[in-house]
Amino acid sequence: MAEERVPVLETRKLGISFGGLKAVTDFNIQIFPGELVGLIGPNGAGKTTVFNLLTGVYAPTEGTVLLNGKPLNGKKTYQFVEAGIARTFQNIRLFKEMSVIENVKVACTKDLHYGLFSASLRTPKFWKTEKELTEKAMSLLEICNLADVAELPAASLPYGRQRKLEIARALATDMKVLLLDEPAAGMNPTETAELLTCINTIRDRFGIAILLIEHDMSLVMNVCERIQVLDYGQTIAAGSPAEVAANPSVIAAYLGE
Amino acid sequence: MNTFFQTLIVGLRLGSIYALVALGYTMVYGIIRLINFAHGDFIMVGGYTMIFVMPLMLRLGLPAWLGVLAAIVVCALVGMGTELIAYRPVRRKGTNMTALITAIAMSLFLENLAQAIPAIGPNPKVSSQIFGNGGFKLGTVTMEYTTVITLVISGIVMLVLYAFTQRTRLGRAMRCVSEDKAAATLMGINVNSTILLTFGIGSGLAAIAALMYMAQYPKVYTTMGALLGLKAFVSAVLGGIGIIPGAMLGGIVIGLVESFTTSYISSSMADTFVFLILIVVLIIKPAGILGKNVGEKV
Repeated sequence: MAEERVPVLETRKLGISFGGLKAVTDFNIQIFPGELVGLIGPNGAGKTTVFNLLTGVYAPTEGTVLLNGKPLNGKKTYQFVEAGIARTFQNIRLFKEMSVIENVKVACTKDLHYGLFSASLRTPKFWKTEKELTEKAMSLLEICNLADVAELPAASLPYGRQRKLEIARALATDMKVLLLDEPAAGMNPTETAELLTCINTIRDRFGIAILLIEHDMSLVMNVCERIQVLDYGQTIAAGSPAEVAANPSVIAAYLGE
Repeated sequence: MNTFFQTLIVGLRLGSIYALVALGYTMVYGIIRLINFAHGDFIMVGGYTMIFVMPLMLRLGLPAWLGVLAAIVVCALVGMGTELIAYRPVRRKGTNMTALITAIAMSLFLENLAQAIPAIGPNPKVSSQIFGNGGFKLGTVTMEYTTVITLVISGIVMLVLYAFTQRTRLGRAMRCVSEDKAAATLMGINVNSTILLTFGIGSGLAAIAALMYMAQYPKVYTTMGALLGLKAFVSAVLGGIGIIPGAMLGGIVIGLVESFTTSYISSSMADTFVFLILIVVLIIKPAGILGKNVGEKV
């Protein structure tokens, strides 16, 4: 069958070396809209490096990242975000001094079309856009169950809710691909379950593609349709959760031979 | 009692000039952790721009103070140019210390460049009258028009600036970049252009400060920004550097200290007291009046 669908995110022979160290080599992945793909691997396998390559934080030394079939080579990080890739961080990096809703609003860069001129003169256009912005931010907070704390400083939220706020903030960039870097790290089972619901809601509602790095195997096995396994910067396995779990080299990488 | 109120008003006027300049220091520090020593010299740039533009305005039948618009544009361009040509390349390659030395070099460069330009030269230039002479009596206290205008304009500028940083997209972007550049860029914020904008706004404020200063002391010379800039820097540190309301508060405090020392102790002691205050504050509360003393997390 001829497959007509274009993957929303694709990498071709993506790799990066730091000096003589090849952190990631020959990384190929295709993610289609609405898909949830897991990226797993032991510590130091290069998972976060892949995320940094996918968001333009690192410039790849080989290969390309394509978004909807268009290469993103040479673009700056904020242009990757404009193009439609957003991420959360392994360690929470919210703007702590700002309120919860402001954290979401800052990421809505695409919705704002008023310039410095309208902003300083407070033209009606400014108020209108600001109002729409607040509404959008609130609706994202509602999806992530954060509407009740919108006005509180981000730093005052408990850990699990800060994680969700990171997701809400990433959603505000109107991305096509969402990269989640260990979203369940440090969460208790209840929080993880809530997060799972949140991730599923987002995917169904926005039809976006999600790439997930996670150590919590039960989470990965439960939600991901496909899993790709990295070890020492190389893809050692890819396939459905069941296939990957049964793959001898994956078991070897995790448990040692 | 009369002297007291007169001194208070002079102090507020002086303080609001310091506050405007201190805002420039604090905004740039807040966003790239750089003390922009060239900032004081932007006042000089604004001053000379007005010296050249004001006769033109008068010939066109416009009020002289409208020259400040030209000064704001020129200062903003010089400020952004400094960031683009001097600071950005250094920031990319060097450390904070390299950037700091570059800032000192920029300051000396601007002062000496001005002297080397034939139309400016080393001798001071006298500006024409900016605001109307005279004033009115408020009880027994004389309020000069210049003073009233200075207080009103700086008040408005500070309110607008504060609203800008709190309420607008670009203001939010500035606060994000100041808190975490990497996270800001991953939220789609163009960090470099945000920094450039900060330089533009900060330098534009220096032009407004130059207008206020010249309205009071109608003399412009190439090193006029040195001491004025230093005192404004002290104001910024006093209020808590990087904090916008802190710069406003610090400026007012320094202005009051200076005017009260001049009135009640000795005019030659005024600067001594200004810097003494700085030393005392740094010992008691190193982060400044509004700053938070944050312990290093271990």
